[in-house]
Parts: sequence; structure tokens; C-alpha cells
Amino acid sequence: MSTPRKTAEDDGSIAYAPVIDWDKFKPSRSSLAARKRKDGLMHALIILAFIVALIPLISVLWTTLVKGAQRFNWDFLSHNMTNVIGGQQTASGGYGGILHAIIGTLEITLGAMVISIPIGLLCAVYLVEYSGDGKLAKTIRLLVDVMSGIPSIVAGLFAFSVFTIIGGPGTANGFEGSVALSLLMIPTVVKTSEEMLKIVPNDLREASLALGVTKQRTITKVVLRTSLPGIVSGVILAIARVIGETAPLLLTAGYIVSTNMNLFSGQMTTLPVYVYQEYSKFRAYCPEDAGASCVAAIPMQRAWSAALMLIVIVLILNLIGRIVAKIFSVETKR
Amino acid sequence: MGQRIDINHLNIYYGNFLAVEDVNMHIDANKVTAFIGPSGCGKSTVLRTLDRMHEITPGAHCTGEVLLEGQNLYAKDVDPVAVRRDVGMVFQRPNPFPTMSIRENVLAGARLNNRKIAKSDADDLVEWALRGANLWNEVKDRLDNPGIGLSGGQQQRLCIARAVAVHPSVLLMDEPCSALDPISTLAVEDLINELKRDYTIVIVTHNMQQAARIADYTAFFNLKAVGQPGHLEYFADTTTMFSNPQNEEAERYISGRFG
Repeated sequence: MSTPRKTAEDDGSIAYAPVIDWDKFKPSRSSLAARKRKDGLMHALIILAFIVALIPLISVLWTTLVKGAQRFNWDFLSHNMTNVIGGQQTASGGYGGILHAIIGTLEITLGAMVISIPIGLLCAVYLVEYSGDGKLAKTIRLLVDVMSGIPSIVAGLFAFSVFTIIGGPGTANGFEGSVALSLLMIPTVVKTSEEMLKIVPNDLREASLALGVTKQRTITKVVLRTSLPGIVSGVILAIARVIGETAPLLLTAGYIVSTNMNLFSGQMTTLPVYVYQEYSKFRAYCPEDAGASCVAAIPMQRAWSAALMLIVIVLILNLIGRIVAKIFSVETKR
Repeated sequence: MGQRIDINHLNIYYGNFLAVEDVNMHIDANKVTAFIGPSGCGKSTVLRTLDRMHEITPGAHCTGEVLLEGQNLYAKDVDPVAVRRDVGMVFQRPNPFPTMSIRENVLAGARLNNRKIAKSDADDLVEWALRGANLWNEVKDRLDNPGIGLSGGQQQRLCIARAVAVHPSVLLMDEPCSALDPISTLAVEDLINELKRDYTIVIVTHNMQQAARIADYTAFFNLKAVGQPGHLEYFADTTTMFSNPQNEEAERYISGRFG
């Protein structure tokens, strides 16, 4: 305990500072114990939340892997659904396949990328480098936010109506699906690219401009180049978001059993639509005299295998994105 | 060769805010001119108007004249991009391009302007610029390593090499040593002493010993109060500035009895 400190007031009188009993400010043993209990409790809660979040993920992966592996073979990957009758074996010895759906998914997604990456990236460049946060920029940001909340079926309806106006009623082709998907992709591309462009240090822009480099070259050669790894991961995320879309593609790209390589004409099947269609068949017809080679449960098995293929495609895309990001990453080693 | 700069009635604004008021100054060719003064007095702002980097900040503009060898940088038909090729700049924090190697960093000024250069010409330019920045012997064996792998002082000399590789006539330096340790600072100061043979150098510094060591002329900027515009208080050759200043404010600032 300290002796009270003497101080002179403004009017000249002598005053003493209050005497402090510091023991009162020490944490008591019970409060320390309570803190420890709370810490333990929160720790357990966080781990629990983590496990709860992991359960559906692992369950989905495991179920798809186990059920999908059953019919997941080269014959399934290299054939389409033509000449498949009920649950009977086809001439090749398989039970139909997803070749047409894989091609459809890749082409339609590629089409969506070709539309949305340039638009989204240019939009982000405008927002970060040119807009100066003016009224137009605020409007664009608002619209992008609204756009990212559009239900996917509405995007499908939009593409459907546009192509009905252009190509007459009943128009369905792969590109129509690409348009629907690009509507869903653009907001994600804009937002992630904008964030990535924003974190490029201003120092680098100034360094480039001070060398007498034009603004356009500064943006393409310095700003975009520096943020490339981040933009690539953003784009991959956007693709992963749309590659599993079913509803808009049912409306726009349609559903066929044969392989259609032409994105711009004729219906196309994608993997999610294929999964949906097989699932809605539920069981295939097997005549009474058909032997053991006729599998009545084949549609569900095909649906699982196609779902597995979709997961594999997304994984491969992720891997490609990581490799690209790694190649173009900013190296720091000496 | 360096070129002289004449500043006439320069008023610099950020939006509506007058940041620096009525600067009149003559900067000699092939000399080192240092800008000193308290924080917020507008030294860096004045420096950035000399290569038209000031106007990059949204809303920033200025009135008056900056004459480079008699040519007004702010004349209507002058392209700011061309000005920046003639007046190079080195920043406070070393800022080599992180995606580029040492070699690419030096060549950035030429490459980014889409000029095709033969490899032998490029090699010569890299060696010339790096030798000019006293960095060649330290990095000649690892030109393809990333520029940001160098130490802070080496990075700053790399930035100087990058700036001189564009072959400017004036070099502006905005506190180039404030992020460096004393040994790197010494290396950069030695370099500045050599560079003034070929360039006119203007340097902003907070370090008055540094100004006394390297500058031929010193400009003291001051501001009356926070929120008031800064102005050029006193301009003199460095010996006069530090031994016998004819200005009370400058004398108070230099002797540390400021404010």
C-alpha cells in the first residue's frame, strides 16, 4: 500500500489522490476458474461446430464414392444413352453412359466462361481503376449485388425468353444454357476480381506510371499480372458454382440421349440434368424372360456414377486452377 | 545530361483544398536539390507535381508553371506519360515489381511500353543501368531471380536502376532512404553523388544531416498551421542553409528549436 500522494489544487488547497487497494483489481481465483471453464466450453463448441459442418460434406462424398463407383468404368464414360433399352445390357456390354453429358457440361461451362470472364473482369477493372467511386460505380456495385441474388431458375427463364424472341418458341441449344449460366457467373467474377485488384499495392501502379508507362499498359502488365493468381482462383470458384446447376439448363439446353458436339444447335445434356433425369426414372423395365444381365436398378446407379463424375470434374478444375495460380504466383524466395 | 527546372507561381490543390501555395523556385541542372520541412508542409506534393504524378490522385490538380529546360510541363499539348519518361521518380518504399526478375525490373520501362528490344541491346541496358546504380556486382550472377528477393537497400538501388534505364534527365526521389538501414543509406547517398553528373536530382528528406551531406541546394518548406497551405519558406545553397540561414523559421527548424 502506497502513501497518499499530495497534490495542489487550482485554488491552492492541498488534496490527496484516492488510496487504491490494488488487491481489489486482481482477478480472483474463482473468476480465473470461471474463465478457464468458459474457455474450455467455447473450445468444445467450436470443435463441435466444425464436426457438424464436416458431417454432410464427408457423408456426401462417401455416399457418392461408394454408390458411384459401382458403375463407374470406361464403358460408362465412353458411351451415350442411345440404344439403351430398359435395364438391358447394350451391345458394348455396358448399360449406357455419360459421354454426351460430359461433353455437354464442358462445352456449356466453357461457353459460360467465354461470356462471363471478359465481362466480369472488365467490369472489375472499371470499378477499381477508372470509376473513382462515382455514381456509376455505386450503381454497378448495387446491380452486381442484386444479380448475385438471382435464383438460378430465373436466369434460366431469362435466357429462355431471349432465345424464344431470337429463335422462335421452343429454341433449345447449349449456348442458351451458357447464357443462363453466365448470368450466374458474372457477379462472382466481378466481386472476386474486384477484391483481387484492390489488394494490388498502389505503389506498383505509381512505380509503373512513373516510368512513363501508359495507364492501359500499367493495368494489363502490372495490375492484372500481379493479381492473376487471385483472379484465377475466383474464376474457378465461379465455375464450381455454376457447373452443378440443373434448373436453368433443363429450361434452356434441354435433354437428349445422343452426343451433340455443336454448342449452337440442338439440345445438349449436362451431368446435373442427366443425374436428375436418371433419378426420375427410378427403375428400368426388365421383361420377365430377361436374364440376370438386366438390371432394374440401373437408373439410380447411373445417377450416382454421373454425380461422381461431376465431383471429379470440379476437383480437376480446382487442381488446374491451383497449378495456374502457382505458376503465376508472386515468388518471394531469394 | 540533366535539365534545369523553373517553378513559377505553383499552387497545388487536392480537390478544393489548397495544399501548397505559390511556389517559385529555380532548380539547377546537374545539382542535387533537397526539400526539407516538417510533415504535412507539402514537400512530397511539390515533388510529385514535377513529373505530373500529383494528378493521379483523384481530384488533385495544380495551377502555375513548371518549366523543364524552358518547356512548360503543364502546357495543354503535353502528354503526362511523356513527361514521366523525361523525369524519373524513386519512391519512399522500394517497390520493384513482384512478378518480375531483377532483369525484367530494369527493363520494365522499355518493355511495358511495348517496345521490342533485341536481347543484346537489353543485356547492355541492364548492365548499364545496374552499374549506374552500383548494383551490378551484387546481382550479376542472379539477374533472373525475383527483384523482391533482394535486401531493402538493394531493392531501392534496383528501383533507381529501373528509373535511370528509361534515360530521364531529372531524377526525383521521395525520401529514398527512410526505409533503409545506415549502410544501405550510405550506398544510396554515394550513388546520388555520382548520379548528379548525368541527372538533375531533387530529393525529399526528413534527415537534415542527409540534406547537408548530399545536397547542393536546399529548399525549406513550412506551413503556418495545420489545415493551412504549405509554402516555400526559404531557398538557399546548402552551406548557407545549414551554417548561416537568413531566415528565422528555417534557423529554428534546423537547430531543432522548432514550434
